[in-house]
Amino acid sequence: MRQRSLITITAALAAGALTLTACGSRDDDGGSDSGSGGTKVVIGVDAPLTGDLSALGLGIKNSVDLAAKTANKQKLVDGVTFEIKALDDQAQPSSGQANASTFVSDDKVLGVVGPLNSSVAESMQKVFDDAKLVEISPANTGPALTQGVDWQTKKVRTYKSYFRTATTDAIQGPFAAQYVYNDAKKKKVFVIDDKKTYGAGLAATFTDEFKKIGGKVVGTDHIDPDTKDFSAVATKVKNSGADVVYYGGEYPQAGPLSKQIKAAGAKIPLVGGDGIYDPTFIELAGANSAGDLATSVGAPVETLDSAKQFVADYKKAGYKEEYAAYGGYSYDAAWAIIQAVKKVVDDNGGKLPSDARAKITAATQNVSFDGVTGKVSFDEFGDATNKQLTVYAVENGAWKAVKSGTYTG
Amino acid sequence: MNELPQQLVNGLLLGAMYGLVAIGYTMVYGIVQLINFAHGEIFMIGGFGALTVYLYVLPDGTTMWVALPLMLVGAVIAAVLVAVGAERFAYRPLRTAPRLAPLITAIGLSLALQQAVWAWYPGAKESINFPEIPGGPFEIGSVTIQTGDIFLFVAAPVSMAILAYFVMKTRTGRGMQATAQDPDTAKLMGINTDRIIVVAFALGALFAAVGAVAYGLKYGQVQFRMGFILGLKAFTAAVLGGIGNIYGAMLGGLVLGLAETMATAYIADVPGFDLLGGQSWANVWAFVLLILVLLVRPQGLLGERVADRA
Repeated sequence: MRQRSLITITAALAAGALTLTACGSRDDDGGSDSGSGGTKVVIGVDAPLTGDLSALGLGIKNSVDLAAKTANKQKLVDGVTFEIKALDDQAQPSSGQANASTFVSDDKVLGVVGPLNSSVAESMQKVFDDAKLVEISPANTGPALTQGVDWQTKKVRTYKSYFRTATTDAIQGPFAAQYVYNDAKKKKVFVIDDKKTYGAGLAATFTDEFKKIGGKVVGTDHIDPDTKDFSAVATKVKNSGADVVYYGGEYPQAGPLSKQIKAAGAKIPLVGGDGIYDPTFIELAGANSAGDLATSVGAPVETLDSAKQFVADYKKAGYKEEYAAYGGYSYDAAWAIIQAVKKVVDDNGGKLPSDARAKITAATQNVSFDGVTGKVSFDEFGDATNKQLTVYAVENGAWKAVKSGTYTG
Repeated sequence: MNELPQQLVNGLLLGAMYGLVAIGYTMVYGIVQLINFAHGEIFMIGGFGALTVYLYVLPDGTTMWVALPLMLVGAVIAAVLVAVGAERFAYRPLRTAPRLAPLITAIGLSLALQQAVWAWYPGAKESINFPEIPGGPFEIGSVTIQTGDIFLFVAAPVSMAILAYFVMKTRTGRGMQATAQDPDTAKLMGINTDRIIVVAFALGALFAAVGAVAYGLKYGQVQFRMGFILGLKAFTAAVLGGIGNIYGAMLGGLVLGLAETMATAYIADVPGFDLLGGQSWANVWAFVLLILVLLVRPQGLLGERVADRA
């Protein structure tokens, strides 16, 4: 017995030691790279790396890693080596805020890419802004993050250090409304949302535009995301005579909702935003989901010429996980930080200045380059100037892009 | 088109499911005065038991006519085993302890069962698809009934009839009634109360398992969290109907299901209530109803007024 535990402890120690050496050797690699120049710049990554949304989060992390490695290989910034530091926010605002503080306290971190969820971003913005540390989200779509809570009437930028490469729901909702009315020729909509920041906001911007261009809202409802029984709502939808349903919310509820509406006898499509643009939606909604629609930010990465290099490099780098929905945007976000670092270093005679964080944040405002997802630059609120969106439809059990474009007033 | 018949059917179906789960709360409470908060998870385990039979026991492509009865058996076995195990190892050691102790154990057990399924059942971190009964929906007048709902429509009254027969006509059933009235005297009369308590737990689990299969067929999926909210609703139904009364459990379930559905469908049309309608308010109206009933009849709809046991 005694002998056995001794063996266990020895094995554990050996494993621990090996792990430590492995870490050490990786650090050494980084060190030898930077040997040519000397300065190390860390780009933070905050995303859900575990849990339900980890597929999206790991795609973000890998894409940022690829951007850092590419910059190092190209020796883009003389004397500077980029490295990433990824923290898991589990899609929880509280974890996100703790991660933000961790990044701020590490003075090698000069920029952060993330997070995935708008609610997480809300909890991080102030922490980063106080430290003048730039944060670029590849995925947040809540308009209030850049334009203030009263964005519909009076746009005010609250945090100068926050940027995003994804476009906002202020554009996504109306874009969907125009597609539904003009292209899909649906005139009577039933609007449902889950009362959360993202869902309710999206449903509101959709409704405004749909009414403006002549569509009719024949009914509205709000669902409780904790329940599974939407039969009463489904019956209301059926009897309202609507020819389309718009749902503001995410796929765990949207899937069953679509299924129950069709089961109630209303053979009409359900339309949603990027919150339902996920393969799981189709799984939950079942066979009758064919024809359901979703909008999502940007154009499908595979179809863009500018993305070919990224897709090839990503494959070559051998990441275990897919780059997923936000990979291209994450690469561009990291690249924007790298460009800003380059500008600051060049202006300072080849060295990082002492107030690097503030200078990099200021420089990010003016970056402009051709990225994976198209032209990357930011407007006065920190929003991407690239307002492209795509409509996807469920076809043969998978999402298929049907129309890309931009919303124009 | 007249929407009312369809909404009544929606409400009855939801209510029948609450009722099936509420029976377990009410029987266990009636006999040992324990609110078994882990009962929602026993319901959930039933769902996963049925799923396991379908995914891992039956060969692919088995028709539902063969699969469904076997899935039902799997659901019942899984739920009853867990319920009886819980009684033996979590509640029996605390039978003479103050009533708060087993209540806390029940909440702990509820969390433990949820997390166990989350951690160990393959794919349970997200919703898992449940097999469907093929065949189109049936239209009766303006009412549409899904094939999956037919199971519930048949299972709920049949379950009630079997339960009523068991409790009224069999020896064990009469033993249960006696134990519920006065466990000490029942023991003196030669009734094995330990066995009666196990039977109560097992019966409750059996009906929860039937409810879980109905849930899977109705919503097309099961998930490790499915027992939490539904268990809470079923408990509410049991209290509404008069906890301890098995007919009350079914009645409470039906009333609660109808109330939720009607609130979702019609409250927004009442002048001045347009902001309080919609599905997200259904729970609020369900609990408003509960409070109103308890104000008028504290013992619940079919409950009997009993003197507190000293």
